[in-house]
Amino acid sequence: MAATRVEEKLYQNRYLVDAGRPHIKINAHTKPSDNLLAMTKLCPAGCYAENSAGQVEITADGCLECGTCRILCESSGDIVWNYPRGGYGVLFKFG
Amino acid sequence: MIDEKFDAIVIGAGMAGNAAAYTMASRGLKVLQLERGEYPGSKNVQGGILYADMLEKIIPNFREEAPLERHLVEQRFWMMTDRSHTALQYRSDDFNEEKPNRYTIIRSQFDRWFSREAQSKGAIVISETTVTELVSDAYGKVIGVLTDRRGGTIFADVVVIAEGVNGLLGTRAGLREAPKAEHVALAVKEMHFLPRETIESRFNLVGDEGVVIEAAGTISKGMTGMGFVYTNKESVSVGLGCLVSDFAGASETPYGLLEAFKSHPSIKPLLEGSEVKEYAAHLIPEGGYKAIPELVGDGWVVVGDAAQLNNAIHREGSNLAMTSGRLAAEAIFQVKSRREPMTKQNLSLYKKYLEESFVMKDLKKYKDMPELLHTQAKNYFLAYPALLSNAMENYLRVDGTPKIEKEKASVRAFVKERKWTGLFGDAVRLARAWR
Repeated sequence: MAATRVEEKLYQNRYLVDAGRPHIKINAHTKPSDNLLAMTKLCPAGCYAENSAGQVEITADGCLECGTCRILCESSGDIVWNYPRGGYGVLFKFG
Repeated sequence: MIDEKFDAIVIGAGMAGNAAAYTMASRGLKVLQLERGEYPGSKNVQGGILYADMLEKIIPNFREEAPLERHLVEQRFWMMTDRSHTALQYRSDDFNEEKPNRYTIIRSQFDRWFSREAQSKGAIVISETTVTELVSDAYGKVIGVLTDRRGGTIFADVVVIAEGVNGLLGTRAGLREAPKAEHVALAVKEMHFLPRETIESRFNLVGDEGVVIEAAGTISKGMTGMGFVYTNKESVSVGLGCLVSDFAGASETPYGLLEAFKSHPSIKPLLEGSEVKEYAAHLIPEGGYKAIPELVGDGWVVVGDAAQLNNAIHREGSNLAMTSGRLAAEAIFQVKSRREPMTKQNLSLYKKYLEESFVMKDLKKYKDMPELLHTQAKNYFLAYPALLSNAMENYLRVDGTPKIEKEKASVRAFVKERKWTGLFGDAVRLARAWR
């Protein structure tokens, strides 16, 4: 099967993006931890990606707010997780 | 922003929060409910099965008003390999009763309705407002909340924490730990729209009858997980979830697994020609009894998914959430009507109610199951489905081989894979965890 494009799935969703105020941030690192690296596959919205320098970056616009990355990467200090401001983020029509 | 003091603040407008807000408001308490979504339900995700009894205890005539999809007349359990499924299927016309036992629902529509019901009883609901902090007094008693709106603390005698599985507030306030990766499953889900006649003919349904398929086996690639297909009126919810700890070490993506599940030869014809309108993800508390945190403290109680109240074995979550919300509300009402303070000791009445209810009894019964399924995942999700499928094919394919040889071949395959001791051990372990 061809690689699944998660972007096409996210395209069906409604979002109100809080421009310039991402609710998840990755702390600066030279080499990502195993858990942070795992998020490049595990994030159901494909928000995490490895850049050319081998660091993990996040684009939280398509975030589904499931919290998986928080469970794996918050206690180790890899990321800082907050809820989006009230009303912002994903808006499920069906849920 | 709000000067008045409330009897209770409820954080979150999901099943647990709405049940708590409704119950307290209908007993005359002054309730404020805060929801971070655009409207109640807009952040909530569930596969979508509602158990009538638990809602009936809160709103007896809900069937007349609530947005329900289909009442369930049939349940299919599918054990899957990559090309087959072996089914256990139960259908009964008895489920076509006057007051059906189970329904499919669409959460954002259902929660919106449930919240309106709470408001009709007097609860004040403010949406688009994220609670950022629990506020405590000098003695550590929770006395209110801060939000991301302008203004200071909103005060209340008690705060009902119904913030869901990924609750930040309770963990940041040190009331409980964040869930561990082996105690939560990540599920992804799509909503597939089809004409209702198509759904009814494909799934063998008449009118508002519905079918549920729960599927396990090679679809989770050796991880602890399950897939599901639920029929709604004009849509089909299809999804799949696995433990986060299993996912973390795997090379699979959740959406890749979902695509593979959808293209399975047993599933694909059910979805043919559908239009996908939403893709969602959600964590499910899977830790069971042993993962339940402290449920009460001075000035607070925690309910629903935030308290890990989910029965993974029976796939029941929202009914435990609704029941815990209702019982917390009843306990709070009792303490309030005795004019006593909302201390940990007084609020432990909620714990007592929970212990006496099916919630704790069920979770206690299965307290060893999460660990068993987790440690035996490869056997239960890869080896046995394959063995079962081979045995079924052996049994059904007629090719001139004497039946006795076919039977022996099937038994040999089981013994070769797991040895007699392994088979016996698996059976005993499963039986013991089930009891």
